[in-house]
Amino acid sequence: MTKKERKLVSLAVSLALAAGTVPAAGAMHIMEGYLPPMMCAVWGVIALPFLIAGFFSIKRTLAHDRRAITLLAMSAAFIFVISSLKIPSVTGSCSHMTGTGLGAMLFGPSAVSILGVIVLLFQAILLAHGGLTTLGANTFSMAVAGPFVSYGIYKLCQKLKVNRHVSIFLAACLGDLLTYCVTSFQLALAYPAAEGGMAVSVVKFLGVFAPTQLPLAVLEGILTVIVMIALESYARPELRALGFEEG
Amino acid sequence: MTKQNKKTIVVLLLLSVLLIVAPVLALRGAEFGGSDDAGSVMVEEVTGEAYEPWATPIFEQFLGGELPGELESLLFCVQTGIGVGVIAFFLGRFVERKKIEKERENEQK
Repeated sequence: MTKKERKLVSLAVSLALAAGTVPAAGAMHIMEGYLPPMMCAVWGVIALPFLIAGFFSIKRTLAHDRRAITLLAMSAAFIFVISSLKIPSVTGSCSHMTGTGLGAMLFGPSAVSILGVIVLLFQAILLAHGGLTTLGANTFSMAVAGPFVSYGIYKLCQKLKVNRHVSIFLAACLGDLLTYCVTSFQLALAYPAAEGGMAVSVVKFLGVFAPTQLPLAVLEGILTVIVMIALESYARPELRALGFEEG
Repeated sequence: MTKQNKKTIVVLLLLSVLLIVAPVLALRGAEFGGSDDAGSVMVEEVTGEAYEPWATPIFEQFLGGELPGELESLLFCVQTGIGVGVIAFFLGRFVERKKIEKERENEQK
């Protein structure tokens, strides 16, 4: 990295980090102002170490092999595309996918935290989707919890010698689904039901998000497999440089 | 790209289209609102009172009102466009690179 590039990246990251700590944070699709200030701050603080780890992880990957930047850009772009598409689901409402599984498998989960936060900022600032106050909570669900689960499942499937494409599918699919489970949990924490408390409210929020998200999670798994097949066919040198095992 | 992979991709693409189209056809007349909105309705139901968000989106503060629907879809398209552009650009380079490598190999033979 040249000095200029490093400066630019650090600036962008510190901006992102500053936003993460602003005492008003949210979750993936927890809307602006929908979490109490205290919780916004707590989620921001929780997400912060993952972002810092992600920054160093990306730096290390790029120092190891400059060429990785093309795949990094593509992983980020994949999140951009996938999370901009609102897809109709069986419940009669629309939701969208996260797209974080691909990057998590290629670059490791913490690197994706940075990519995810970029998308969340874009949507929070320009699209009134999510929000700056809820950024911390949204970062935690979409850019931390989801990718970590994807990565874990992918590694587990590798150990169990599951078919490669099946493991990629499972990882992306379950990571997406978990993102929404975490969102439900975050909302339930902020809004315990008057009768029955938090447990009841977790079930209620899951009832809204889970059925809608299930088909979309399957869709995300399928799309991730397609992109992975394309990369395996045409970007072998880059994948090898990342230490990504080929099937 | 092997023949097997090509087949897999076609099947997967058809499957994804089916996944998107099926709910629309099955639930004709459904509203297809955002599940985020369903979430805020649920907040009201769970707590038993309407919730007043304590912050409004920054861009809406700037505009002094809600983001117009058309503008919102434009911005969503910009997001999709950026993503597709980057993916297509690099994938195109990868494909060409492989083609050139193959041609070189053939020449050497």
